[in-house]
Amino acid sequence: MNITIQHGRLIDPANGIDSHTDLHIADGVIAGVGKVPDGFSADSHINAEGQVVCPGLIDLRARLREPGGESRATIATETAAAASAGITTLVCPPDPSQPIDTPALVDLIRHRAKQSGHARVLPLGALTQGLAGQQLAEMATLKQAGCVVVSNGLQAVESTQVMRRAMEYASSQGLTIFLHAEDPWLAAGGCAHEGVVSVRLGLVGIPEAAETIAVARELQLIEQTGVRAHFCHLSSARAVRMIARAQYDGLPVSADVAVHQLYLTDMDIGYFDTQCHVRPPLRSQRDREGLREGLKQGTVAAVCSDHQPLGPDAKLAPFPASEPGISGLETLLPLTLRLADEGLLSLPEAIASITQRPAGILGLLDHGEGGTLATGARADVCVFDPEPYWELRADELQSAGHNSPFLGWELKGRVSCTLLAGELTYHTCD
Amino acid sequence: MRRHSLQHDSEGRLHHLLTIEGLKRQQIIDILDTAESFVSVGDRQVRKVPLLRGKTVVNLFFEASTRTLTTFELAAKRLSADVLKININTSATVKGESLLDMLHNLEAMQCDMFVVRHADSGAAHLIARHVAPHVSVINAGDGSHAHPTQALLDMFTIRRRKGEFAPLTVAIVGDIKHSRVARSLIHALTTLGVSELRVVAPKTLIPAAVESLGVHVFHDLDEGLRGADVVIMLRLQKERMQGAMLPSEAEYFATYGLTEEKLALAKPDAIVMHPGPINRGVEIASSVADGPQSVILEQVSNGIAVRMAVMSMALGRAPAEGEGA
Repeated sequence: MNITIQHGRLIDPANGIDSHTDLHIADGVIAGVGKVPDGFSADSHINAEGQVVCPGLIDLRARLREPGGESRATIATETAAAASAGITTLVCPPDPSQPIDTPALVDLIRHRAKQSGHARVLPLGALTQGLAGQQLAEMATLKQAGCVVVSNGLQAVESTQVMRRAMEYASSQGLTIFLHAEDPWLAAGGCAHEGVVSVRLGLVGIPEAAETIAVARELQLIEQTGVRAHFCHLSSARAVRMIARAQYDGLPVSADVAVHQLYLTDMDIGYFDTQCHVRPPLRSQRDREGLREGLKQGTVAAVCSDHQPLGPDAKLAPFPASEPGISGLETLLPLTLRLADEGLLSLPEAIASITQRPAGILGLLDHGEGGTLATGARADVCVFDPEPYWELRADELQSAGHNSPFLGWELKGRVSCTLLAGELTYHTCD
Repeated sequence: MRRHSLQHDSEGRLHHLLTIEGLKRQQIIDILDTAESFVSVGDRQVRKVPLLRGKTVVNLFFEASTRTLTTFELAAKRLSADVLKININTSATVKGESLLDMLHNLEAMQCDMFVVRHADSGAAHLIARHVAPHVSVINAGDGSHAHPTQALLDMFTIRRRKGEFAPLTVAIVGDIKHSRVARSLIHALTTLGVSELRVVAPKTLIPAAVESLGVHVFHDLDEGLRGADVVIMLRLQKERMQGAMLPSEAEYFATYGLTEEKLALAKPDAIVMHPGPINRGVEIASSVADGPQSVILEQVSNGIAVRMAVMSMALGRAPAEGEGA
C-alpha cells in the first residue's frame, strides 16, 4: 500500500524540515519527501492542505491499566484514544499491580497492543523485582524481551546501595533508566505542594525538597555509575536547575515534564478540586515558570501526558482520599501546540518535544523507529489541523478515563489522521 | 456556571458554612449578633424557640467528638428541629462513592441540613457540592482544614470579654500545623482586623508558608505572649511524639506550656482560651486552666448559641429583630 500525503506543511524537526511538501509512504516505510521517488506510485492520497504533517507523537509516560486494572481502562481503549490524539508510541511505566518484571508481562502488554493495532506500546522494564526496591530485576532478560528502558515506576528505591547497584547493572546492560525523583519520607502522606495552598486548605504538603533531594542523590549515583538516566515528570524549578548544571558538567541525563505542569499551579486546586490532584503535585507559579524556561532552554527535552485514566469514583472523595492523576492523552498535542501559540517555543520546537526528542531519549531515532520522517524510517505520521478551536468535553474523550482539569478549556489544533507504520489508525478526513 | 461562592446563595446569604475564609466581616458580626439574641434561650424555663420546627438536621460524624456533637445537637433541639445522629464507624474506610450514596439516601428522606465532621480536609466541600440545592451543610471539622463554628464561638467569647477586635493582640499557641481550629481562627481574626495575630510553636508544628495567612510566627513562648490580650492554647495530640515532631510531653510543657509564670508576660487582663479537650500538664497548667483568666467553660456554653445562630441563618430562619430572645 503506497500513500502520498499531499499539500501539507511538513514539519520534521529531526531532519530540519519545515516546508510545504508531499510525503510518500511505501509499505509502512517513508519512501521520500517532496519529489515522487523513482518507481513510486501512490495507491491513495491524503489531502493535507492547510494541515501540519509531522512524525507520530511519542508519549513518554502513559498508564494503560492493563493487566490488572481493566475495569478502568484497557490497552485497547487507551491506544485507540492515543491514535485519535496523534500518538503512535506510548511508554508504559511499571506499577505495583503490573510491575513488568518478567518477560511474560512484557510480552502480554506488547501482544495486547499489537492486537488492538492502534499504537505501539513500549513497556518500561522493572528496575527491582516487584518494584520492592530490594532485589534487582532480571534486566538483561527484560531487555531481550524488548524493554529498552528500566524504571522503578513511582515506587521509591529507598536504599541508596540498591539504587547504586541497579544503576551499575542497568548501565552494564546498556539500558537507560527512567527515574521518578521523590524522597519517600518527605512525600509520605502528602497530596499537594507544600506552600500557600496546602497551608490554607490544611492539606499535608509535599515539599519541593522531596524532589530536589531525590534528584541530588540520583545525580551523584549517575555520575559514579555512568548510567544513562532520564528524569520523568519534573515538578520544581530547582530540580530543573540542578539537572541543567549536571548536563553542563557532561552527565548523561535528560528530563521531561508533564504538560499539565506547564499550565496549572497549586492555586488551581481552589477549594479542593480533586481533578488537580496529581503526583508529583502541581507546584507554585515560580516552579511552573522554571519548568517552562527549562523546556525553552532544552534542559527539559520532552513533554509527556503522564496519562492516568481513572474511573468516575476515583475523584469523588475528599481531596486527600481522591486518587491522583489526569487522563492526558487527548490534551498532549493541543496543550503542547499552545506553547507555540504563546511564543515559548517555535512550532517545530513544540513538535520536537513530543516527537524527535522523546524518540532520542528512547533510542528510537537512530533506528528510524519513531520521531522522524527520514527516508527508510517507519511511517508513523500525525496529520493535524492547527487552527480549529474546540472545547474539551468529558463525553467526547476517547479514553476510558474522563478525569481532567482541562474539561471546559478551549483548545486549538485537532488531529485529522494518524498512521502507524503506514496504516491509518485514526482519521476524520477521507 | 456558579457565579457565587459555594457557601453563599445567589443573593449572597449564607447557605452552607464550610470555612471562615471568604466570609465578610459584616457576615461574621451578623452571626455573632444573632448568637447574642439566643444566649438567653438557655436561661428560660422552656429552652426552645420554634424557628426550625419541621426541619430535620442530621449530625453526620465520621470522626469521634463529644463536645461539638453535643452542642450541635442541643442547638438544633433548642431551635425545635428534629435531630438525627449518625455515627459512622471511623475504622472502616468510607469510600467517596459510598459517602455520597449515603448522602443521597438521607436527602431522599427529606433532610434539610447536614452537620458534618470528617477526618479528611475538604470533606465538607465535597458534600456541599453534591447535596440537593435545598440542603445546607455545616462543617463541624474537616481534617486539618477548618472548624468554622469553633472559631465563631471563640470570636463570640472574645467579643463578650473584650468588646472591640481592632486593638487586640492575639497569640495562638501550639500545634498550628495539624489544627483546623487554628486555621479557622486565623481567618476569623484577620477578617475582624485584630491589631496583631501571632502563632507560637516550634517549627515542627508550624506549617510552611503560614505567614501567607497574615500571622507573625514566634518560636519563643515568652516573646509570643508578651503584651497579648488573648491567649489561645491548642490541644497537643499525643501522636505528635511519634513522627519526630517533639521529643517529649515534659519538654513541650517546659518550653510551650502555659503556666501562671508565663501568663504573667501577657497583659494583666488577658483571657486564656482553649478549644478543648484540655491536656492538663501538657499544653496548659491546671492552675491556669481553672484560674481567673480562663474563659474555657464560657467557650463551651457559648458554643450552643453560636451554633443556633449558624443553623437558623443557613436555613433562612434567622430571628427578626428582638424575636429570638
